[in-house]
Amino acid sequence: MERTPYGFLLVAAGGFLGAVARHAVDVGVAAALAAAAAGTSPEILGGFPTGAGTLVANVAGSFALGLLLTRASSDRVRLFVGTGALSSFTTYSTFVSDAVALGTPAGAWYVAVSYATGFVAAALGLAAGGWRRR
Amino acid sequence: MTAAPLLATALVGVGGALGAVSRHAVGLRVEGRRSVLLVNALGSFALGAVSAAPIGSTAALLLGVGFCGAFTTFSSFAVGTVRAASETGARAAATIAASNLAAALAAFLLGSFLVAAVVG
Repeated sequence: MERTPYGFLLVAAGGFLGAVARHAVDVGVAAALAAAAAGTSPEILGGFPTGAGTLVANVAGSFALGLLLTRASSDRVRLFVGTGALSSFTTYSTFVSDAVALGTPAGAWYVAVSYATGFVAAALGLAAGGWRRR
Repeated sequence: MTAAPLLATALVGVGGALGAVSRHAVGLRVEGRRSVLLVNALGSFALGAVSAAPIGSTAALLLGVGFCGAFTTFSSFAVGTVRAASETGARAAATIAASNLAAALAAFLLGSFLVAAVVG
């Protein structure tokens, strides 16, 4: 299944939806933060939103993938939702880019918070799906 | 952003589909956690290059947000690291976590410096 043209098509369709959803979250979170910061100083408005949408997508996607991988009923679901949608919804390259853009020390904190919340979310997703520690 | 919302969605989606398929192709040839490390390093190098190139918002949405964003993955990395912590131990998990960060960060900076040097 995973090497067939149909398997690649499932990954492509999931990848389309995952990337579009990530972009929507990124734009939405940035707009929400800008609205929340309206009336406060422009410096906060200018620097604060960097990476916030990526963090939300990465944490939510890590929980969902942990859950999916313990519960996926078929290769079809795993390829479309896991390899396609959730793996494309989350991103490592933009995470690194955001960390660099934030500079020090904010970038280091951004990495630490992303790692900590991402690992906890993945563990919770695996646990919610019934995965057992060995 | 200069691209209209619908066009931006199409660009990000098409880039995302190509990025996901490329990641899947790498995953079929390279074993699990090594393939995640490989795509995260390669994709971060590409995003660094794309970020430093004077390409405009249309190409940035297609290549940067879409392709590089989807080619690399945080969720597979996080789930793989948590599983490694449980199955192999904390040291194995720490190695995965640190190597992804070090490789992706170095690759991103290298990509952006190389393109910046060429573009001048």
